[in-house]
Amino acid sequence: MQTFDLSVQPLRELNQALHEIGDGSNETSFEVLNPRGSHAVAVGIDAPVDVDVRGSVGYYCAGMNSEATVTVHGNAGPGVAENMMSGTVIIKGDASQYAGATGHGGLLVIEGNASSRCGISMKGIDIVVKGDIGHMSAFMAQAGNLVVLGNAGDALGDSLYEATLFVRGSVKSLGADCIAKDMRPEHIELLSGLLEKAGVNDVKAEEFTRYGSARQLYNFDIDNADAY
Amino acid sequence: MSTNNPTTTPRPSATFDDYTLSEIRRAAATGIYDIRGGGAKRKVPHFDDLLFLGASMSRYPLEGYRETCNTNVVLGSRFAKKPIELKIPITIAGMSFGSLSGPAKEALGRGATLAGTSTTTGDGGMTEEERGHSELLVYQYLPSRYGMNPRDLRRADAIEVVVGQGAKPGGGGMLLGQKISDRVAEMRTLPKGIDQRSACRHPDWTGPDDLEIKIHELREITDWQKPIYVKIGGARPYYDTALAVKAGADVVVLDGMQGGTAATQEVFIEHVGQPTLACIRPAVQALQDLGMHREVQLVISGGIRNGADVAKALALGADAVSIGSAALVAIGDNDPRWEEDYQKLGTTAGAYDDWHEGQDPAGISTQDPDLMKRVDPVAAGRRLANYLKVMTLETQTIARACGKNHVHNLEPEDLCALTIESAAMAGVPLAGTDWIPGKKTF
Repeated sequence: MQTFDLSVQPLRELNQALHEIGDGSNETSFEVLNPRGSHAVAVGIDAPVDVDVRGSVGYYCAGMNSEATVTVHGNAGPGVAENMMSGTVIIKGDASQYAGATGHGGLLVIEGNASSRCGISMKGIDIVVKGDIGHMSAFMAQAGNLVVLGNAGDALGDSLYEATLFVRGSVKSLGADCIAKDMRPEHIELLSGLLEKAGVNDVKAEEFTRYGSARQLYNFDIDNADAY
Repeated sequence: MSTNNPTTTPRPSATFDDYTLSEIRRAAATGIYDIRGGGAKRKVPHFDDLLFLGASMSRYPLEGYRETCNTNVVLGSRFAKKPIELKIPITIAGMSFGSLSGPAKEALGRGATLAGTSTTTGDGGMTEEERGHSELLVYQYLPSRYGMNPRDLRRADAIEVVVGQGAKPGGGGMLLGQKISDRVAEMRTLPKGIDQRSACRHPDWTGPDDLEIKIHELREITDWQKPIYVKIGGARPYYDTALAVKAGADVVVLDGMQGGTAATQEVFIEHVGQPTLACIRPAVQALQDLGMHREVQLVISGGIRNGADVAKALALGADAVSIGSAALVAIGDNDPRWEEDYQKLGTTAGAYDDWHEGQDPAGISTQDPDLMKRVDPVAAGRRLANYLKVMTLETQTIARACGKNHVHNLEPEDLCALTIESAAMAGVPLAGTDWIPGKKTF
């Protein structure tokens, strides 16, 4: 295991080392000490390695991650796992705004709460939040799944495209063109699989409500202008 | 009363002119605002309102065909390990695959490469056509992040964070259902045939303090190799430029209101933002006030048409210019050879701007497989290269006439203005006077 102590080593050394991992490398495990809220920790990884960050991070931790498993043993600032392509990012604490923004793939697990705009513009990522999420989450979400074990704030799924949202608790309000939908067997199966991947064993898929796009705003209609 | 009294000539209203009346009728019939492509069509103060003084007794010219006048430009020298080196001070502006056909994007790449300059992706990601045929490719990082992925980020030669564009400062992209083909839909992760309206703000940062952190992330992901541009529309050029520099930009791209768009509301294009001419001096002033002029490069776009425009933009302090609409014309846009087809669409060659409808007779702003065959990427790329070379020769011609051995040595002192408005905007004296409106005389 390689260890980087960000109290004495520059961030650049960490990210450079993570980018230099080649095929067949024996370096498959990294530990980051004293992140102290640093931005851009472990960004742009493109290899199947494990990174454990011991402490809280600032903006964009694990941004654009591919293949790696990044675990933050603390809280994460805005834009954690933004534009993730694949792999897994786990936040043991809470996450700030824009968690998983524009993510194309992979799994983001937030064991605490997530702030506003969680999953904004998501494009295929799966996000599981064990606590609550803030307002405007899944805004313009295009694809993927957002699972919330707690409650959701205002304007959930505003201007949603084809992403699927599962919320176990209450939803303060739905955004434009977002509606509750039936939980059919395929959704129960999909959600059960996501919960299992996220290590959630004590909650059943049947406890959730599914939300998705009403698809009424996909093509402009002047009679829908009040919705814009 | 006699019935033979003379009558007055019918007098159309200057306020309610024919175009205005037609727009009222169109809005009343359809219930939707007018959408079109291109930039501002109204007449605004522009480079034509400036003249070069040339050399005479007090300035020595350079021999037109014998003495060197260099045109090379380095973009991104502030932080990037691998700045972009261009042979000419003219780049190709960001235009998306989706708004443009694949052959059109290939033609832009071929033409730019032949001329020794860069081309730029757009909203919707990077295509193989443009990467494969562009020696230097700038990858736009847009609010929608359609098709954005780290692989393409790494294989780009520079990154352009798009905050705004001149045709619609404060607006997001728009691509209507007719052009969301299977391939475009897949690249953007959208359902086929929807009216795509992109976000106008980035999803994971707000304001210049956040942008500084975002740029830091992009540099870390690309190991500090790629130049990072920040593109802004002509809104508040002094402050926007200063904030882009503060956020860590290597290059500021500033697009005035004549800069084109693939599609947006006519009211947006014609009524929001400032003319290109009015944007340059405030942006240069911001760079000079920060001690960053020439360290952070300034690229100007919006209505650049010929070498005179290039030379004037450079004389006002730009490091390079960027062309979009003119490049499309060079590869065949609005060509009179397709007049019969333009007529069928209710328009005429030179005025066609319904690019969002995907029926472009020239095969450029379309995803129709039959129409796009009308673009021969090799021949169109050659025409673009020719055009870029002509513009460069024209720029050199003017620079030599002003006694400059590099086009960057052109300066405001080489210029005068034909109108009070352009003198005030460009900060150069009104012709025949030493008066710069709004400033002290020199």
